[in-house]
Amino acid sequence: MSKPYYDAADLRKFGKITEWSEELGTKFFDYYGKVFEEGALTAREKSLIALAVAHTEQCPYCIDAYTKDTLQRGITKEQMMEAIHVGAAIKSGATLVHGVQMMNKVNKLDG
Amino acid sequence: MATKSLQKLGSDLAQSNKQIEILSNGIFKTGELPTFKDKISETSQFPIKAKKLEILQINVGYMCNQVCDHCHVDAGPDRKEIMTRDTMRQCLEVIKNSGAHTLDLTGGAPEMNPDFRWFVEEASKVGITDFIVRSNLTIIRANKKYYDLPEFFKKHNVHVVSSMPHWTRGKTDKQRGDGVFDKSIKALQELNAVGYGMPGSDLKLDLVYNPSGAFLPGDQVAMEKDFKKALMDDFGIEFHNLFAITNLPIARFLDYLIASENYEDYMYSLVEAYNPAAVENVMCTNTLSISWDGYLFDCDFNQMLELPVNSKSRHISEFNEELLEGRNIVISQHCYGCTAGAGSSCQGVVA
Repeated sequence: MSKPYYDAADLRKFGKITEWSEELGTKFFDYYGKVFEEGALTAREKSLIALAVAHTEQCPYCIDAYTKDTLQRGITKEQMMEAIHVGAAIKSGATLVHGVQMMNKVNKLDG
Repeated sequence: MATKSLQKLGSDLAQSNKQIEILSNGIFKTGELPTFKDKISETSQFPIKAKKLEILQINVGYMCNQVCDHCHVDAGPDRKEIMTRDTMRQCLEVIKNSGAHTLDLTGGAPEMNPDFRWFVEEASKVGITDFIVRSNLTIIRANKKYYDLPEFFKKHNVHVVSSMPHWTRGKTDKQRGDGVFDKSIKALQELNAVGYGMPGSDLKLDLVYNPSGAFLPGDQVAMEKDFKKALMDDFGIEFHNLFAITNLPIARFLDYLIASENYEDYMYSLVEAYNPAAVENVMCTNTLSISWDGYLFDCDFNQMLELPVNSKSRHISEFNEELLEGRNIVISQHCYGCTAGAGSSCQGVVA
């Protein structure tokens, strides 16, 4: 039971998911690759979005992958941290905006 | 940041055979990753053969005013290997009689060789018009005797290629030493002032970007755009092109990879990014590297690993272009650094 659930080396094996479901896996990776191509957004902008989302999703593999990807694009650590704050602000905002629902309910029940 | 060379520190990794041993054992010995030879054999690209010689890259000495973290030369102020005027004369004989059209001077800081200017002037006399000097920029500000280098470069229409790891002070100084960023900016402004790097100018000024850590360089075009915008906005600096170069796992960079436990991941990154199209144009196919003491190598990296050319012509004194052309390039696992992604060479991407 001492083995951790996550192993950083497993990220390298990501491509292997195709072996047990070739068509779906291949379609996913094609889609994935296409999403990150330069488009209406630059590849750099997409990388920063991915870094922020990696944190809100709390995916350790994604965090490893996009920390490296943003570094490769010359993105500074200040920019990386600000991107994560954007994710964090949306996460906390999403929690707090539900406070309105609580307030509505209180006003209805205990008006 | 480093202050002494690995050689001065007496490190094991100052020995080239120790580096080759590391690159040949471990994950490559167990077969976890394919050796470079096996990888290029998959696409029938082994052996890599030298084509017609175009560029002579001469390392005029390992002495440098900086001690950069990633340096593949393990250069620094404590390195005493310096090319003599006699060896330079032998190089000039070769330049006169060979088909090479470009003379690429590197080091160390090539300008620190006491005969650097003499060599450029003499090479100019024998008809070389395409000079590259790999300048670290700070040398121009290091001492009064170097202040007029921009004018000297201009006089001989030297193509200046300079390292600039980032457009921010923090990332630059971390890799190259405190104060390097400010001095580099000043030097770039002085080069701009004499006409270097200006739009449409024949005085070529290119910058070299190489990553500050255990990751590969990003897209060269995108990086160039970012560098141009930041250097113009912040300092009014112009330059022509940015070359994105991959750090090869040798010397000080190898030492760093091992110490930071990034070696295996980095080798995986290089192998995963392997691009057979880059193999076609690796720089060893048209460049010959000459060491401070006149020996011939396929590239500056092989020079540092002391892997001599696979030819009977091994020294500048016995240079034979016919023998060298078509020779098999000497390879090891560090070669993955030149074939990752869009490829990497002293002139930037190759694929």
